Amino acid sequence: MNLDLRIPMGLMFTLVGLILTVYGIVTQGSVIYARSLGINANLDWGLVLLVFGGAMFILGRRGQRRAEKEPVKLAESGTVRRGH
Amino acid sequence: MKFGAPDRRLESALLTHTNLTLVDWLIMLLYFVFVLGIGFALKRYMKTSKDFFQAGRALPAWICGLAFISANLGAQEVIGMGASGAKYGIATSHFYWIGAIPAMIFVGIFMMPFYYGSKARSVPEFLRLRFDEKTRALNACSFAVMTVFSSGISMYAMARLIQTLHVFDYIFLSAGLPLGYIFHFSIILSAIIVLGYIFLGGLTSAIYNEVLQFFLIIAGFLPLVLIGLKSVGGWSGLKASLPQAYTHSWQGMAHANTNPLGVEVFGLAMGLGFVLSFGYWCTDFLVIQTAMATDTQENARRVPLIAAIPKMFFPFLVILPGLLAIGAATPKITSVEHKDASGAIIRETTVPTEAEAKGQGLVPAKTDPLSGKIVLDASGKPLLDYDLAIPSMLLHYFPTGILGLGLTALLASFMSGMAGNVTAFNTVWTYDLYQSYIHKGGTDKHYLAMGRWATVGGILLSMATAYAATGFNNIMDTLQLVFSFVNAPLFATFLLGMFWKRATGNGAFIGLVSGTVAAVMHHGMTLPVEAHIGLHGGWITILHHYPSDMAQNFWTAIWAFSTNFVVTIVVSLFGTPKPESELVGLVHSLTPKPELGHLPWWRRPEALAVVLLVMVVGLNIIFR
Repeated sequence: MNLDLRIPMGLMFTLVGLILTVYGIVTQGSVIYARSLGINANLDWGLVLLVFGGAMFILGRRGQRRAEKEPVKLAESGTVRRGH
Repeated sequence: MKFGAPDRRLESALLTHTNLTLVDWLIMLLYFVFVLGIGFALKRYMKTSKDFFQAGRALPAWICGLAFISANLGAQEVIGMGASGAKYGIATSHFYWIGAIPAMIFVGIFMMPFYYGSKARSVPEFLRLRFDEKTRALNACSFAVMTVFSSGISMYAMARLIQTLHVFDYIFLSAGLPLGYIFHFSIILSAIIVLGYIFLGGLTSAIYNEVLQFFLIIAGFLPLVLIGLKSVGGWSGLKASLPQAYTHSWQGMAHANTNPLGVEVFGLAMGLGFVLSFGYWCTDFLVIQTAMATDTQENARRVPLIAAIPKMFFPFLVILPGLLAIGAATPKITSVEHKDASGAIIRETTVPTEAEAKGQGLVPAKTDPLSGKIVLDASGKPLLDYDLAIPSMLLHYFPTGILGLGLTALLASFMSGMAGNVTAFNTVWTYDLYQSYIHKGGTDKHYLAMGRWATVGGILLSMATAYAATGFNNIMDTLQLVFSFVNAPLFATFLLGMFWKRATGNGAFIGLVSGTVAAVMHHGMTLPVEAHIGLHGGWITILHHYPSDMAQNFWTAIWAFSTNFVVTIVVSLFGTPKPESELVGLVHSLTPKPELGHLPWWRRPEALAVVLLVMVVGLNIIFR
């Protein structure tokens, strides 16, 4: 398959992370965090998702580039070999 | 899964809690855009029917592995496991540690070589290769019907949940539309999204989106568990706030009367651990299709094993929130004081509704959808609406922003359940029914087009099921009961087919039918205690009372399996088996062992299987 899943997935989580982080910064100290025991859940979790999404995206790009460099794979390295 | 029509009180209660804002819908919208975007990006790769139905057999093992468990992560899983967690405690994890992991290891190590190696394109097709045409037809027909109904059930449950949680109320109110349309809107929205990405990208798209949904569910639920744990004072705090049986999975299992599940250890190990779980994970094309989409046989064997790792830890994500919901403090009148921009002190008072106040922890009491009154049990105590355990956790702990993420994760889980069913349906319909009995010898292009239209047909039938469920109260319970009759005996057929070369087509067919009949009879002649005759059993005569529904369910499966097993053997012994030359690659003793000499020992599937077994035993010991 020519589309590395990690690219769109990384992109989505980066964007979600970005939205949450920005929203978390804007709403810092707001009453809405009374529910989450005073933790700024948006900012904290936004940062986690930002790192996760970014890492996925970078890995995906690297994988895609490698796949493009060697378009024809030699007899799939994992196939079941019998005999020899 | 039951979501009664939302009653007024609950509605107003949740409305005050569900203050979604723009940022929540933005996250939801972003997810929908990506889901469809993946479909569009994959469209250009869908050239042959193999690309569409089998993902070109070219996907990496880790992707298929995550899709393998995600396909099963539908409504029953997330809402149902949270509900059982709240009801039974950590013992619910038996559905994972006993009821899934051993079967996943078995299918990976022993059965996948036959599915993948036989070149069958679906599970019913394997049955044709191994047995005969009629066994395949029986399996294909019952499977196709079940997938459509299951996907419809997911759709219905999702629409009801969207209604109950008021996800779109604000949007509808501001657009001036009546709130009654939300149900239809939810059905159509989920139909369009799932149809869109499968129509465009086939199985690849379904698998990619299932992986996306997998990570989304973690992203949405992990913070919930963390905040929930913090609020009750960690694991030790949770233990202290719950009855002892809640945090031990094996206590009192020796006898049915001394544990919350009402099942004794033999029924649990044999019924759940063997018959039901092997029947599901080893024969259901819904999950097997993802393993068959990998590039090599070795990877196909790895798929269920890779899937078993996250599966093992899923109880902490879906069952634990249920426990946390029960262990949390029951809502009381609270008031929060804060200063606004001008310095004025503002006091906000939250008054819980009757349903919330009479519930336990964050699990609200059940209310009658018609009268709006709290439902009481025989002893006058309010019954709890366990299905709302996870949704009310989300609403209680998540502020707007991350709440959008949590709700998106919930919606994603419903969609991944639907999508897996729809792709399994279009493959079985096109290959096993259409190509075999209706239109033989068409071009590949024709079957590719058929697969696309079968997707449309499958979604339309799901929608019809979802609407049927609104009209008939019991339809979902009835359907699930019928599925259990059909599924229970299945594993005996595959076990004998793969490991006994004497098994014949007639044996398999007659065995399957008598297994289903045995399940129906057993259900008709037994009744769980305190249940009414009818949907719960006992409609023929009552020969035996079980301590719980679950015990009856497990024993129905045991009877169905054993009947099928014995009948298949007896009938086969009277017939002539297929010549051995035709069974190479289909039966264990006649198939050369996969040669793994080129792999170091620690990279072989068997090594991974041993590690998994050790881990699952360890988890059972820790939470004994």
